Amino acid sequence: MADTFTVHLKIWRQDGPNEPGELVDYTLDKVNEHMSFLEMLDVLNEEIVKEGGVPVEFDYDCREGICGSCNLMINGQAHGPKAMTCSCQLHMRNYSDGDTIVIEPFRAKGFPVVKDLVVDRSAFDRIIEAGGYVSVKTGSAPDANSIPVDKSVADTAFDYATCIGCGACVAACPNSSASLFTGAKLAHLNRLPQGEPEREERTVAMVEQMEEEGFGDCSNYAECEAVCPKGISISAIAEMRRNYMKAALSG
Amino acid sequence: MNLDSKVPSGPLEDKWSKHLNDIQLVAPNNKRKHDVIVVGTGLAGGSAAASLAELGYNVTSFCIQDSARRAHSIAAQGGINAAKNYPNDGDTIWRLFYDTIKGGDYRSRESNTYRLAQISNEIIDQAVAQGVPFAREYGGLLANRSFGGAQVSRTFYARGQTGQQLLLGAYQAMMRQVHNGKIDMQTRQEMLDVVIVDGKARGIITRDLVSGEIQRWMADAVVLASGGYGNAFYLSTNAINSNVTAAWRCHKRGAAFANPCYVQIHPTCIPVSGDYQSKLTLMSESLRNDGRVWVPKEKGDDRHPNDIPEDERYYYLEEKYPAFGNLVPRDVASRNAKIVCDEGMGVGPTGRAVYLDFRDAIEREGKQAISDKYGNLFEMYENITDNNPYEEPMRIFPAVHYTMGGLWVDYNLMSNIPGLFVAGEANFSDHGANRLGASALMQGLSDGYFIIPYTIGNYIAGEELPDVSKDHEAFDEAAENAQGHIDKLFEVDGDKSVVEFHRELGQIMWDKVGISRSEEGLKEAIKQIQELREEFWNNVRVPGEAANYNKYLEFAGRVADFLELGELMAKDALHRDESCGCHLRAEHQSEEGEALRNDEEYSYVAAWEFQGVNGELQEELHKEDLEFEFVELKQRSYK
Repeated sequence: MADTFTVHLKIWRQDGPNEPGELVDYTLDKVNEHMSFLEMLDVLNEEIVKEGGVPVEFDYDCREGICGSCNLMINGQAHGPKAMTCSCQLHMRNYSDGDTIVIEPFRAKGFPVVKDLVVDRSAFDRIIEAGGYVSVKTGSAPDANSIPVDKSVADTAFDYATCIGCGACVAACPNSSASLFTGAKLAHLNRLPQGEPEREERTVAMVEQMEEEGFGDCSNYAECEAVCPKGISISAIAEMRRNYMKAALSG
Repeated sequence: MNLDSKVPSGPLEDKWSKHLNDIQLVAPNNKRKHDVIVVGTGLAGGSAAASLAELGYNVTSFCIQDSARRAHSIAAQGGINAAKNYPNDGDTIWRLFYDTIKGGDYRSRESNTYRLAQISNEIIDQAVAQGVPFAREYGGLLANRSFGGAQVSRTFYARGQTGQQLLLGAYQAMMRQVHNGKIDMQTRQEMLDVVIVDGKARGIITRDLVSGEIQRWMADAVVLASGGYGNAFYLSTNAINSNVTAAWRCHKRGAAFANPCYVQIHPTCIPVSGDYQSKLTLMSESLRNDGRVWVPKEKGDDRHPNDIPEDERYYYLEEKYPAFGNLVPRDVASRNAKIVCDEGMGVGPTGRAVYLDFRDAIEREGKQAISDKYGNLFEMYENITDNNPYEEPMRIFPAVHYTMGGLWVDYNLMSNIPGLFVAGEANFSDHGANRLGASALMQGLSDGYFIIPYTIGNYIAGEELPDVSKDHEAFDEAAENAQGHIDKLFEVDGDKSVVEFHRELGQIMWDKVGISRSEEGLKEAIKQIQELREEFWNNVRVPGEAANYNKYLEFAGRVADFLELGELMAKDALHRDESCGCHLRAEHQSEEGEALRNDEEYSYVAAWEFQGVNGELQEELHKEDLEFEFVELKQRSYK
């Protein structure tokens, strides 16, 4: 079993959405290189509970990088230093004895803080609600093989469909833009024959909802692509803009 | 207790269509007068909510996550079965049905399992129409692959993320209905009780996980789709928040809990590495197509695996099961891993692991070919363990994965409480004592898209459902009960954390109610769980306060329920004095270690009725006899 080491943590603590928040210092000396980053926080919380304190709240669920719940800003980077990796799949072997780690929530106007490191990402649900679906009734679908889909089209649609809705793209963007999230869903559905009939309506509705939620415009910083744990390409945004222009022009 | 399965008469292949012809309908203009509650937004709950709303019912949907899209169905990797026979390899609905019922060791209802196979084809059509990007062949048609327990290629998949893509399909269908005003989506809400008025489920009590407020919700019917209870073991492949609370609270209100001891242990997970560990990660079953499982022949041999010569390796699955080799079903592979570790041949720092070795496959096919097939899994393994599986064998060990038991339901998926429907992993139906790969997704979507929407109409059309006020005494009582439970947790004010209790319970469950069980071990487990439960209520510490976001409070409530359910799981395992599927009783195995069923005495569903907790859990056993009209019961053999 590996030796344990010590890290110094500065963690954002905030009681509720309308309360002031601050960075609070903790020292944890039981860190093991095999722990995930969230397991390190579990161990810290156990210590806090033992000492009669109130544990740090943070979001998590599957802990295998697929549910999109976890959302930590670690030393200023969404999901931390490792590319294509969620906070839950980041391991402490990426840190050394004596390191100081700053942990903050994903900050954006569209993501109000709920408590400590937990933020409200329901704006993403409202963007999907605006049109991120194919309008098909249950049970009335034709045989699945009656609509062939070119393999390369299906593969590309899948690449965009793998978005986990974690919000790292928003947190990393200097403009807090949700364009990668919205663009990914549009790039998934708009390119499939099933999604084609609603393409224009969907694009306009989702883009407008995104703006309404208070997310900023995309200025091509590409920070979103850099932090996306699923490696979703920024081309989705270009495609979204083209489709939006077309839809707006055809009016 | 009335356990009428309501299975329609007649030939197996006509039962469902006959039933659809016979059940009552609700007229379209009347559907909008009816409210339905759906708890859970995974494959079963999400698809049910979307379909019910589309039919016209007013749906209120609840999940514990911050978004419906995060339900744990999202983590399913491998695929979904259907009897489409697209590969033209002779698949039929009958074959899918037969494999499923045999895989479950003949402990499920024929009628439900057959209906699942029938509906499977519609599920694929539905998902494709929604834009789920399944894998395609170059000609543009859907691709298929094979999975354990079947001799045909009937599994549809979206890379290793099939669960995610199907869940997003259901979630998007739900969000469309939210947009249409037909679903009221309530996120970060936990169901704490079911409200029963005049013997019928008429609402639920929830806690708003952000504000801590106890809330009341009224409806004409309640659909519970809250998933499985594998987290009773603390470590499992389940999401951390997966829990039994919603189902257990229904059980305490009278819903029978069926076959609680049937727990699927998945053979290929990354082993436990330390006491801080919060969950276990699955490595897809597909790895066993190319990986060879072995341990060193000599006990305690701690040489690096690459330094152990061929003749000192024990390829135990290949030796014991020459016909199936490394591809034996999940229960057999899990059991044998435990046996070699118990004998002292386990590897790694804890001795609780075996090797899954790709050396020969890499030599045979080249690194690139293996990387093409399993690259993302190899990366995931390396990320978690810091070992490179291209250069040395993976270390794997079995882990708790899926629970086949759950609330008892009839053919309409209604529990014994009228108006309380149960779908997906939360119910007990369809998988018997063991679940084959790629069939959990199939059941969740079958229940949600294609069964519940019709059977719920039959119930609503046939019942008197007078308006009930949320001030009704049943609502008062349930709300006070929920609040009282929370207050009680804070009052204990002890000095042991919730996590410590959960971990201790998990260890008892894993050691004595896990891969194999014995009469002696189960009796010990029952006693230990009772003691631990008593200690919990005298010494648990719940930090923070109730009227705020408080994860530890959520966990405390869930662990309190696991401490009761755990005892029932052990009791059920103790009473079932036979081995079947994932339920291996050490007393009942052949000389070669194979499970020995006792069809004469145990061919029934064990449905438990809650009677109270007074130091020990009081439960009365009821039996639904399983009748096999259409299949012949045979011993499973993989030799």
